[in-house]
Amino acid sequence: MHSLEHPKLACGHLVQFRSDGPSLLGSRCRRCDELYFPAARSCTRCSGNDLEAWPLGSEGLLWSWTIQGYLPKAPYDSGETDADFTPYGVGYVEMPSGIKVESRLTVADPAALRIGMRMALTLEPYRVAPDGEPIFTYAFAPALPAAA
Amino acid sequence: MDDVAIIGIGLHPFGRTDGLSGQAQGAYAVREALADAGVPWEAVGVAYGGSQDAGNADALANLLGLTGIPFVNVANGCATGGSALASVIAAIRSGMAEIGVAVGFDKHPRGAFNPRPADWGLEDWYGQTGLMLTTQFFALKTRRYLHEHGISEDALVRVAQRAYRNGARNPQAWRRRELSFDEIAQSMPVNLPLRKYMFCNPAEGGAALVLCSARAARRYAGKAVLVKAAVVRTRHHGSFEVFSPSLAAHQAPAPTVTASHAAFEQAGVGPGDIDVIQLQDTDSGSELIHMAENGFCAHGEQERLLREGATEIGGRLPINTDGGCLANGEPVGASGLRQVVEICRQLRQEAGARQVPGRPRLGYTHVYGAPGVSAVTILQAG
Ligand SMILES: [Zn+2]
Repeated sequence: MHSLEHPKLACGHLVQFRSDGPSLLGSRCRRCDELYFPAARSCTRCSGNDLEAWPLGSEGLLWSWTIQGYLPKAPYDSGETDADFTPYGVGYVEMPSGIKVESRLTVADPAALRIGMRMALTLEPYRVAPDGEPIFTYAFAPALPAAA
Repeated sequence: MDDVAIIGIGLHPFGRTDGLSGQAQGAYAVREALADAGVPWEAVGVAYGGSQDAGNADALANLLGLTGIPFVNVANGCATGGSALASVIAAIRSGMAEIGVAVGFDKHPRGAFNPRPADWGLEDWYGQTGLMLTTQFFALKTRRYLHEHGISEDALVRVAQRAYRNGARNPQAWRRRELSFDEIAQSMPVNLPLRKYMFCNPAEGGAALVLCSARAARRYAGKAVLVKAAVVRTRHHGSFEVFSPSLAAHQAPAPTVTASHAAFEQAGVGPGDIDVIQLQDTDSGSELIHMAENGFCAHGEQERLLREGATEIGGRLPINTDGGCLANGEPVGASGLRQVVEICRQLRQEAGARQVPGRPRLGYTHVYGAPGVSAVTILQAG
């Protein structure tokens, strides 16, 4: 296992490391309170442009999900080929504030995913850099055993 | 406002035409439409058109004749055709030209589209980590919609089954083989709950329309179809659109809902008055959602309507009589105008084996494109 303390990330600015683990970072409009992920420069709700960094947390409920069944073309850069591609889960996770964050899921089994289940943020290696180091992205995993 | 009429329709068959460029297929469609209208290219005073992957529309003038007309390139994703049509109508209404042409065509590489994040105002990681796929969006939106409205996955199969059934009656469609319920329900999982035969494929083809003011229409040979409304709308904050790394806590209606409302208001009719319907069906789930977003049924009512045959050619709400995107494939630039060509054929009683019975008087078309553009037309038999 590789350490999750100093992983190489495809999207480092999206993740904050806190004592209890990774957490997602977005932004909040100071004028109308709307939240954004990733952090936005301007607010599409009120057209304001005064936003501040805002923590979105690390737990939520699965709002919708699918399974990516074929190898995406570039710009996907996992390094896989059609021969060794493994389907991966994708979903929207509803965070406590109500914003839904799109994410890879650690699970790609239709029997193990259902709308409304509790999900927790983690990091997942999705490709290997030329120096052999794994590159991580944020992902959500079921927070409880998925057995219904 | 002055009514505008469609006096000529033209289509290059959809599918794959090796050896013929996308532009050549677009020019073919324009020539067909001009011949249908009895109008020479030299008489056309304005043109709008577009393709996603087959080059500039104004290059069609190299094939049709360099007459010096204003020919504007349109790029609005899947709503390119609808946007070109709305632009031609505005130009004719403004008095800019008496006769205008709207054209769309395309020729795509095989397989799914692979957009670049920067073109859409997104960061590279979104594409690199495998989240920037239109098929994922359709699946995620469909999954949530089925959940919220108590619709089973059988409804997705029925949408596709009807599309291929209608495509089999359309000599210009790409997929002309009927598929059984099981063939569709057991096809490869692409993005569950959507499977292989529930998705359309990128394809090739061209479609064109010749338009003029309704007052002038009788001077030309074509059978006029009146445009009662042509509306383009984009997304609002909070609507659930393609390429969204996140969704707002409070959801807003899709651009289709606002475009549809505006079109019905402009035309002075309601959904119950429409006799034949074309809805964007890039996938089964989208068509299901678009049935309600365009006002043709309540959310959740779709499964019953499909099971009862209401959306079949002989039913109360005939949808995608030409087989839609599922049977025709999707050359992005041409897709929206193919829908209009089909409705014109239906209103002109020229749809052959797929003709809706009982002389349809009002028709409706709807396209939806990334990143949240909807275009709606309401057409009336002349
Ligand atoms: Zn704001």
